[in-house]
Order: sequence, then C-alpha cells, then structure tokens
Amino acid sequence: MADDPLAPPAALAGDVTVPPAVAGAEPVQSVCTPIRLSYTYTPGKALSRYLRAMAERRILGERCGVTGQVFVPPRGVSPLAGTTTAGVVELADTGYVDSFNITRVPIERRPDLKPPYCSAWIVLDGASVGFMGLVINIAPEEVRIGMRVRAVWKPDDELETSAANILGWEPTGEPDEVIDDYERLGRADPGRA
Amino acid sequence: MAAERTAVIGVGQTKYAAARRDVSIAGLLREAAYRALEMAERSWSDVDAVIIGKAPDFFEGVMMPEVYLAEALGAVGKPIMRVHTAGSVGGSTACVAASMVQSRVHRCVLTIGWEKQSESNAMWALSLPQPFATSVNAGAGGYFSPIIRRYMMMTGAPELIGCMVAHKDRRQALLNPYAHLHQHDLTFEQVVDSPMLWDPIRYSETCPSSDGACAMVLVDEASGDAHDGPVAWVHGTAMRSESNSYGGRNMVSPAASEQCADDVFAQAGIVDRRAEIDAVEMYVPFSWYEPMWLESLGFASVGEGWRMVESGATALDGGDLPVNCSGGVLSSNPIGASGMIRFAEAALQVMGAAGEHQVDGARRAMGHAYGGGAQYYAMWIVGSGKP
Repeated sequence: MADDPLAPPAALAGDVTVPPAVAGAEPVQSVCTPIRLSYTYTPGKALSRYLRAMAERRILGERCGVTGQVFVPPRGVSPLAGTTTAGVVELADTGYVDSFNITRVPIERRPDLKPPYCSAWIVLDGASVGFMGLVINIAPEEVRIGMRVRAVWKPDDELETSAANILGWEPTGEPDEVIDDYERLGRADPGRA
Repeated sequence: MAAERTAVIGVGQTKYAAARRDVSIAGLLREAAYRALEMAERSWSDVDAVIIGKAPDFFEGVMMPEVYLAEALGAVGKPIMRVHTAGSVGGSTACVAASMVQSRVHRCVLTIGWEKQSESNAMWALSLPQPFATSVNAGAGGYFSPIIRRYMMMTGAPELIGCMVAHKDRRQALLNPYAHLHQHDLTFEQVVDSPMLWDPIRYSETCPSSDGACAMVLVDEASGDAHDGPVAWVHGTAMRSESNSYGGRNMVSPAASEQCADDVFAQAGIVDRRAEIDAVEMYVPFSWYEPMWLESLGFASVGEGWRMVESGATALDGGDLPVNCSGGVLSSNPIGASGMIRFAEAALQVMGAAGEHQVDGARRAMGHAYGGGAQYYAMWIVGSGKP
C-alpha cells in the first residue's frame, strides 16, 4: 500500500492540460438530465388469469405438480421443481402475517401512504408463499407475527385488473397462528434445551 | 487436472464518499485500477482480461456501461466480461476473475466493481412498480426489515444487538482511510436514539449511499511466486443462488447461503470455522445481518449469533473473530463495489497490508457478499500461504 493511501495514483498525479480556449473556466462537474423509462408490460398467461380474477375480487394461485406447493401471485412455474405449474387454485382472501415492517419515513412513489404504516408478508390460507401487502385498520405497533387478517377490497365500481384492488389487510380477530421457526426448520430450539 | 493456484497481488480502492464529483464514472474506475496495478507492480499491457461488475443499469441509467468503459479500462482488443448478480455482484465478479486464472484461460486478470450512487437513484431502481404486486416497500430496508424481525422473534435476541454491530463497524471505519463514514464522536446512545426508518431498523443501523470503486489484480502461481510484494492466495471460491420465493424458504438463513458456505469452507479444508478463520469481511448493509450471517455461515450455532456480537467476539479490538475491520458496508456502500471490497479487504488482511485495521497475524480470511432478496451469494477464502 502506498505511504499515503489517499494520494492520487502516480499515473493520475500532476496537472491536466486544457486547451487555451477554455483555460481558467469553471470545470463542469455534473449535468442533471431527467430520464424516463416507459414500457408496455405483458403479463403472460398465468398473471393474466390472476389479474382478470382480481377484477372479480378473486385471488388465483397455481399449484406445483411435483411439490404440491401453491404460489401467489402465480408466475406459471414452480421455483423448486423447475416445472410449469399443474393447475389453478382459488385461494381465500384470508391468511396470517408471516412478518412485517413498519415504515416510519415517507416514500416518494406512494405519497398517499402516511407513515407510520405497516407492510407485511401475508400468507393466504392454502398458499405456500407470502404475499406483500399493507396491514390496515389497526395501529402498526399492535400488529403481530401470526396475526389473522382478511383482504379489504376496493368498491366494486373501482375494481381493475390489478393487485391494487386489495387496499390492505385488516385483523379478523381470530386467535393468532402459532409459528415455530425451529420446528419448521427441523432444528432444536437452543432456548428450550 | 487441478486448478491453477491463484494469487491476489494488487488491491486498489477509491475514497468512498456520498458524491465523488471530482471524477466521472470512468475516472473513478481508473483511480481504483491504477492503485491496484501500482500495488501489483503491473501496467495495463500486462493485463490479459478485464472482469467487471456493478449493480443493475437502472441505477445510474447508463445501459451496458462496459461498452463505453472498455477504453478507460485498457480493455480495447482484450476480453472484457461483465457479471450481474445484484448486490452480491462485487463478490461474484471476483469469483469469476479468479476462475479465469484457475482455469488457465488467462494469467493476469484485472477485476473492478463500482457504483456512483450520486448519479443514481437506488430507491427508484429497487422499487419498480409491477401490476401484479402492491408497491408498498420503501427500498431495501422495507424488504429486509420483516426478515430481521423474524430473526429477533426466533432467537429472542436483545433489542439493541443491532445497535452494537452498527457502533462497532462505525468505530472500526475510523481506522480505514477509504471508508465513507468517519463519525469520530458517534456514541452507542446516539445509535440507539437515531430515528426508526423501517422499524426495527434505525437510521444508524443502515448503510450509507456511496460513490466508489474497488479493483484487484489476480495472477497465476508462477507470477504469484515471483512477486516481491504482498500476496494473498485464493483457497476457495463459491457462488450459489436461489428463488426468493418458495414454500418453506428459510428467509433468515437461506439454503443457498448455507450451501455456499459449506462449499467454500470445504474447498479451503476448514473444519472449525470460528477457530481457523482470522478475519471476516461480511456483507452487512443492515446491522442485524451480522448475527444472522454468523449463524448462516456456521461461525455460530443457530440462535447463538447475537451472543457472539454481545460478547465482543466480532470486534477488531479483542475479538477472536473480527468482523468488518474495514467498517464494512455499514460505513461505505458503493453497491456494485461493496462485495468486491469485502473480498479485497479479506485479501489485505492476509497480506498484512490492512494498515491500522489489520488483524495481527491474520493467516486466513473470508470475503462474503449477498444480493437480491438474500438470494445470490458469493464467498471466498484467502490465505497468506498457498492452498
């Protein structure tokens, strides 16, 4: 390592030669240029079915023919088996909170969301994977891992082919799901030895 | 036929900062590359191939930057290859660079990772709206916070373990002249009192947004033997990836992480991981990932990682397994470089060239990186002696 680690590398030391016409001018260090990316999203067969069902307040998942796992939103493939999914499964709009975050800072993209708000992985009844959504109609501090929730839908006349039809998830008041990570992982709980 | 033994003979880093307005992206890369070449006592003409990595093109909005950077990197007329593995990319890029030498395709490879976050909007790049899912996450913090909460529930770890990690890493960063954050007077209480952003993650428990580049020069065995400067020998490299969503996935310690670790330790012939490794540079963008990775990498048993943190075992000052002596990602985060910095800092430790944050007598060190939804992994183990 060089004696002074912050000294410029030898090859970059020394003055830069500039043409006489611009000598003494203020160097340009940055230029701000707004950029835009617009694109047409093509959802494919599995997500098209899912989005159309959303417009009817129905949630469609898909089942893996090898592992039996049910995925939502469905992508037409099973990530573990590497096969196309075997069939469509209609899921209930109820489930439980697998884990959650409380955002306490505003986010640019969703000015309508006033912090603090709770976003959570919701595991729908009958699904094998979590589904991201907002937990509403409860103070964020009162949300619990395992809490039972149900979907709160937009009014019928506002339904679109979009997951945004679900405004959020509210507590059902049922007893919490019991979640035992150690049991799930097939490992001994060191705290209960 | 056995793989070619591979040596790191040059490491170059830029000063990491919120905005390096004094240099363009190309200038930033040349700064790191020249430092690595100087340490390696090599010039551009000695380099057979250039292997580079950065975060997705969305970040700076420069599509396929490898094309326009080829000239600045001395790669015109030479093979240049870009690696893509999200946040772990710096580590994966180093693994690919090593493989070019190990496979005897090239004898001298220059590898560089970088990010210029001041010319980018990471929050935007990480939160592209998709019609099939609701966009409620506020960047990476909102994604990882539920996983950290699950770890806390599962292990019963005390609430302030994350603050201990953050305070340690920020203190250690003071010993690294390249670190972005040098918070000389930061107290533990200030870390604890910093605002909650993505509860349970506090402001001071998150990484900064940095500009920076990191480069390394890797060579074959004969060149490593002939080099009269410090050398780090590659003892193992491993990469794994998995889907970020499948039933029964262990979000806290994904299977890809555990399998990647098992592979790299086996290659290095390491049995007792905690005893045989002298320093770890681990990818910890949010403080709680230190105890989580300690468990996932097998340095601690399940549920015990936080106890290592609490006992001070991972501190440079007095710990038996110092973690992130450089200050880590919590003190500097030029995303595409962050993984390579971990690998390069591990190399500096076994070279005895880590300066004020050197672990005395370090013989074997680990570099670690992860990315995406904790689904891409890259790891290497380097040693002062040949494998």
